[in-house]
Amino acid sequence: MMTIPISQSVRRYQVTRLTAFIGPFRWLRLLLTGASLLLYPALAAAQIPTVPASAAPSEDGQWTMPAKNYAATRYSALDEINGANVGKLQVAFAFSTGVDHGQEAAPIVANNTMFIVTPYPNNVFALDLTKPGAPIKWSYQPHPAAASQGVACCDVVNRGAAYSDGKLFFNTLDDNTIALDAETGKVLWKTNLGDINTGETITMAPLVVKGKVLVGDSGGELGVRGWLAALDATTGKILWRAYATGPDKDVLIGPGFRSFYPSDNGTDLGVKSWPTDAWKTGGGTMWGWIAYDPDLNLIYYGTGNPGPWNQEQRPGDNKWTTTLFARNPDTGAAKWALQYNPHDEHDYDGINEQILVDMNVDGSPRKVLLHPDRNGHLYVVDRESGEIVSAKPYGHVNSVLSIDLKTGRPVMNPDKLTKVGTVVHDICPTASGLKDWNPSAFSPSTGLMYIPHENLCMDWKSRPVSYIAGTPFVGAEVVSKAGPGGNRGEFTAWDPVEGKAVWTIKEDLPLWSGAMATAGGLVFYGTMDGWFKAVDAKTGELKWQFKTGSGIIGQPIAYRGPDGHEYVAILSGVGGWAGAVVSGDLDPRDPTGALGMNGVMADLKTKTAPGGTLYVFALPKS
Amino acid sequence: MSSPCRNPERHAAATRLLPFALVAVLAVAANNASAQQDTAPDAQHGPNEIAVTGLFPNGGAPPPQDPIGARFEGNKPAIAAGMELFGQMNCTGCHFNGGGGMGPALMSGHWRYGGRIDQIYASIAQGRPNGMPSWQDVLQPQQMWELAAYVKSMATSASSSASQTAVPSTSVKP
Repeated sequence: MMTIPISQSVRRYQVTRLTAFIGPFRWLRLLLTGASLLLYPALAAAQIPTVPASAAPSEDGQWTMPAKNYAATRYSALDEINGANVGKLQVAFAFSTGVDHGQEAAPIVANNTMFIVTPYPNNVFALDLTKPGAPIKWSYQPHPAAASQGVACCDVVNRGAAYSDGKLFFNTLDDNTIALDAETGKVLWKTNLGDINTGETITMAPLVVKGKVLVGDSGGELGVRGWLAALDATTGKILWRAYATGPDKDVLIGPGFRSFYPSDNGTDLGVKSWPTDAWKTGGGTMWGWIAYDPDLNLIYYGTGNPGPWNQEQRPGDNKWTTTLFARNPDTGAAKWALQYNPHDEHDYDGINEQILVDMNVDGSPRKVLLHPDRNGHLYVVDRESGEIVSAKPYGHVNSVLSIDLKTGRPVMNPDKLTKVGTVVHDICPTASGLKDWNPSAFSPSTGLMYIPHENLCMDWKSRPVSYIAGTPFVGAEVVSKAGPGGNRGEFTAWDPVEGKAVWTIKEDLPLWSGAMATAGGLVFYGTMDGWFKAVDAKTGELKWQFKTGSGIIGQPIAYRGPDGHEYVAILSGVGGWAGAVVSGDLDPRDPTGALGMNGVMADLKTKTAPGGTLYVFALPKS
Repeated sequence: MSSPCRNPERHAAATRLLPFALVAVLAVAANNASAQQDTAPDAQHGPNEIAVTGLFPNGGAPPPQDPIGARFEGNKPAIAAGMELFGQMNCTGCHFNGGGGMGPALMSGHWRYGGRIDQIYASIAQGRPNGMPSWQDVLQPQQMWELAAYVKSMATSASSSASQTAVPSTSVKP
C-alpha cells in the first residue's frame, strides 16, 4: 500500500472540512466518502470523532487525573508499548497498598511521582519514580472514622486522587476532602463536607477545574441528599454547593437555565416532582465522573438513583436524580439538565462517565459527550444544548424499549416495571446497570469507545421501607443473574458515529475495571479474577495478559518514566459492589445479599481472594 | 494458680446475675415458654454481663450466658417478631437475609464479636466500631432480644443447608 506523506490527522481535518461544506448534498458526500475509501483505506477514518484540544492537551507523559484529561478519554498518546512488542511486557515493580478491600483508584503520576489512595482507611502513598523500585517518598494516613465503613453501600472503595499545581486532592470515606503538598505530603487543608450519621460518605475522585476542587457525595442507598460542591483549591473553602434535589435555589437553577426537553424545564421541579418532603431523603448523589469543556466553560456530571428503590413511595419524576447537569464551574449555576431516567425504578444511576468528542452528525459538526448509561443506552448528547443526538443499546436491554428523542425520556417496558409484593423476573440490565461506574476509554486513533461492562439481569420485589437516618433506605429485594449467553461481562468497542458495536469480547465475570487506550494501538482492562489484559484496539484480539494477585476493579493508566520509557500501571484488589462477596467475606447462599449481587458472584470466592497491590509494567530494558 | 482477685470477681458477677436468674426461673415456671415455643418470652433488661473476646488472662473465664437469652433462643414467636423488626429497622439493608452486604454475613456461623445470643444482643444494643450502629436508644430490650433471636436463628438454620460454594444462578434467556 502506498503511503501518503501527510499525517492522518491532517487528512482527517481536510476531509471533515470537505464533508461539512457539502453537508446538504448527502448523495454527493456518500459518493465522495465511497471514492475516498476506495482510494485510501486510511480515509475510512475521515468521519471519526476528534477530541477537543482544550479538554485534552498534547501528551506530557503524566497522568494527573483519573480520566487522564478533562475530556475523560483515558487515552495515552505514548506508543512505545504496541501490538508488536506488548507480548514482552513484564512487571517493572509492584507495591502493596496494605489494604485488602476493592482497589478502584487510578494511580496518579506527576513530576516523576506516583500517588495512590487506598480504599478505607484512605491512606495515601507517594512513590518516587526516579529511584530503583519506586520507594515510598512519603505517606499519609487520614484516619477516617471507622464507623464510616458501616454506611458505605458497596465496599469501602475510593476512586482516586487528583493532582493540580503542586497539590494532591483526595476524599475520605468519612466525608472530608484533603489537600496535600504533593512534594512533602504535608496537609494543606482539610474540609468536612458531610456527616456519616446521615449515611453520607465520599468515594469519588475529585476533579480540579479553574482552581476549584469538585467533590460529590455517596449514599443513594441510605436516603442521602445528593450534591456537588466546589472547594477553593488554595484554602479548602466551600465556594458553592449544588444539590440534586430541592428548590431551585438549592439546585443552583436560575435565570440562565434552559434545558432542551420540556419536562426538564419548570420551577422548583426538585420539590414538585416528589411527594411532600420526599426530596429531602431522595438521593441523587454524585459519586462518579465529571468532565469539563474549557471552551464552553461547562462541567458535565450525572446524579445517582432516587431513594428509596421502592418506586411506589415516591410518585413523580424525582428530579433531579439520574440527571445529567451542565454547570458553570465558576458559580455552579446550571445551564441545562437532562434526566436520563425520570422516576427511576431499577437503580439506574446517571453517574457514569461523559467523554467529550466533536463529531459530525448528519453532516454537521457537533460538540457532543458520550455517556454509557446504567439503563443500557449509549447517549450521544449535544454539549451546548443538552439535546440527545442518539441513544442506542450497547448490550442486552429489555427494561427500556428505546429512548424517545422527541421527549428525551426512555420508553419503558411495562412488563419490567417494579411493584410492591410482586417479583418481576428477568429485568435486564440489573440494578448495577449494563455498566456501572468503571469508566470507558476513547481512542482518537481508532475513533472507537471501549466500554467495560456487565451482562446481568435481575429479579426484583419492592417492599415498603421507613426512613431511619443513617440506615439503608432501599425497600427492594433483588437477585441478579447472568444475562443471555451466560457471560456476565463484556468488553465492547463502540463506534459512536455509526452507533453500533464493532467488536465485543465476552468475559465470564462482570467487568468492574476501567479501560485505557494507547497510541500503541492497544486497549487495557482487567478482570475480576485478576487478569490484566491488552487487546488490539482495532480487532479486540488478545495480545497480552498477566495474572495479578487479586481481582482487578481499578483504572489502568500509562505514563512516561524518568528514563523516557512507557509504563502501564494498574491496582489489583477485588471488591466493590460486584466483588463485595469476596472483600466483605459475604455468604453467597443468600442471593439477595449485597443488594442482589451475592448469588450471581458466588463463584468469585473460588476464583480470587482479597488483595491490594499496585503493578507497574514495562518492556524489558534492551 | 488462682489469683487473689479472681474469686471476688466471680462472686460479684454471680451476685449481679442472681436477680435475673431468679426472674428467669420464675418465668419459665410460669409459662414454660421455652418448651412450648408458642408464646414469646418477656424481657425488661439486656444481658447483665457479656464479653466480646475469647481471651481471659490469668485463667479467667467467659461470663455465664444470661438466662434471659436462653428463653429467647430458638423461641419461634420471638424469632418471628425479630424477623419483622429486622425488616422494619432496615437491618435487611445491610445484612439482607443473612448473606450480608454493607454489614457482615449473619448466616455464616462466623462472628466478629461473638455468636452467643447475649453477645448478639450486645452488638445490637451497643453497636460495634467498624460500622454497626447502636440501637439501645431506639429499641426496647424486648425488641433487641427478639432481633438477637432471629439473627441467631439465621446461622442455626443455614448450618444445615448447602455449602457456601454455590454456583451462579442460571442465565436469562434472550
